[in-house]
Amino acid sequence: METPLTKNIRPGELPLDLAGYEKAGGYQGLRKALALSPTEVQEAVKQANLRGRGGAGFPTGVKWSVVPMGDGAPRPKYLIANVDEMEPGTFKDRYLVEGNPHQLLEGMIIAAYAIQAEISYVFLRWAYKLAYQRLEKAIGEAYAAGYLGQNILGSGFHLRMHLHTSAGRYICGEESALLNSLEGKRATPRSRPPFPQVSGLWGKPTIVNNTETLCNVPHILANGAEWYKGLSKTNDGGTKLYGVSGKVKRPGLWELPMGTTIREIFEDHAGGMREGLTCRGLIPGGASTDFLLPDQFDVQMDFDTVQKAGSRLGTGTIVVLDDQTCPVGFVLNLQQFFALESCGWCTPCREGLPWVAKLLSALEQGSGSEGDIAILKEQTSGLWLGKTFCALAPGAMEPLQSALKFFGDDFTRHVREQRCPWRS
Amino acid sequence: MLSPDERREIDAELANYEFREAAGIEALKVVQRHRGWVTDEALADLEPVLGLSAAELDAVATFYDKIYRKPVGRHVIFVCSSISCWVMGYENVRDYLLDRLGILLGQTTADNRFTVLPTACLGACDLAPVMLVDDDLHCNLTPPEVDAILARYE
Repeated sequence: METPLTKNIRPGELPLDLAGYEKAGGYQGLRKALALSPTEVQEAVKQANLRGRGGAGFPTGVKWSVVPMGDGAPRPKYLIANVDEMEPGTFKDRYLVEGNPHQLLEGMIIAAYAIQAEISYVFLRWAYKLAYQRLEKAIGEAYAAGYLGQNILGSGFHLRMHLHTSAGRYICGEESALLNSLEGKRATPRSRPPFPQVSGLWGKPTIVNNTETLCNVPHILANGAEWYKGLSKTNDGGTKLYGVSGKVKRPGLWELPMGTTIREIFEDHAGGMREGLTCRGLIPGGASTDFLLPDQFDVQMDFDTVQKAGSRLGTGTIVVLDDQTCPVGFVLNLQQFFALESCGWCTPCREGLPWVAKLLSALEQGSGSEGDIAILKEQTSGLWLGKTFCALAPGAMEPLQSALKFFGDDFTRHVREQRCPWRS
Repeated sequence: MLSPDERREIDAELANYEFREAAGIEALKVVQRHRGWVTDEALADLEPVLGLSAAELDAVATFYDKIYRKPVGRHVIFVCSSISCWVMGYENVRDYLLDRLGILLGQTTADNRFTVLPTACLGACDLAPVMLVDDDLHCNLTPPEVDAILARYE
């Protein structure tokens, strides 16, 4: 089984420097890309069926193809790597940038070439201190070797790259909020249209791609779309970084074929539950995904299949709920996160999420009523898509709505007993 | 007034952006690094450099939770409060930590040594529970380890 994204990562050791990365085949994808036209590079990524790994799963090549090209296109154009990983339960992008920073840079340079961007930013999360040091070193090496700057490898293509660290806030991971943050503003999302591909950073054409997405790009260019599609067990191309956290025997992260089943990830790789515990359910791709139940473990973890099963692949990093952990408390923790991280721009989210958190907190503290559960159910439609400015609150409602459906008895038990049965 | 070091670091950041207002967040971080937190005076000092009013800068500063508009201790501890750490029992670690320091979440110890703040997911969920002390990530926390960690920061 091939693991292109992680094969050169040695946990606990320093990442490959430029010479080591080149020796391992690094920057060959860039060399091949520069021999093609920008639109041919876009086409190669489209053919590979690479879908965005930040959670939305939009086809990357299609996203790039919307950027205005040619002499009449607005300038400058921007390429941004979203390394603002902050989805609770998600720890894959940190692994990639700490473990192999040049892989991200190569992906960024190829992506910038494909859309003919002249300026690129790495938007890095404030908390990723080690990643900062390693990226800073790698960018310096790339400039010195001519992979960045003027006339890259004699191709006539120029690219500048800046490393920007955030100052906190989950909403910065939303691409239009990220753009406002990069402009030095409060990170509230923007309305769409116009889409960033046409009018993004300072009103210029901009592509924002997730870290893992960009790390796939060099391998597609180096080995071809057919090879890339062959890595996957389903229609979505490539491999995927899957993670498991919670009370399993071996929490961790594994690069596996896209479309690997939950069962294989959970049992073979994470080792199943710790002794004496039973799995009651899991959220498959971060805090803003619906619960799936143990009888759905044969679901293949790709974008379309998880969606059909009633959830979303999201970031592909699973958080497990065990039978000695309170499902109401689990969902309360998620809602407290979303309430705190609401940017406050639109009223339903700003007011609704703290209300939801307060109701769940009352249930946990033993003062909840049946009426509170009814209000929670109402909120799952009141804060749904179309009623809020961005997808933050609807994302928060996903685990709540499925928890109310699957663990309804646990909610009513909190009301009946006027306490949390999991707390002594 | 900005110190020569602050001014030099802010100028280096200004070169990374097309418009000087964009360097505002970085400039706030620079003065915070030098002064410990962002005072009203610091906002006024930044006005002419960034072409923004102190009120506009404050609107930005108060949005981001890693920009401090109040004083913090010599070391800032961020305890991850997100879902994986919650499942793995971070509340016990947090309560133990606060008890040892004799403060509540968000407060600073009387000797100005530590401030403890909550933070969302630190991206080390397989090693939960975790906390960040200044630039150092500490994983798989238990109460005894908290004691050993605290002893390392004066």
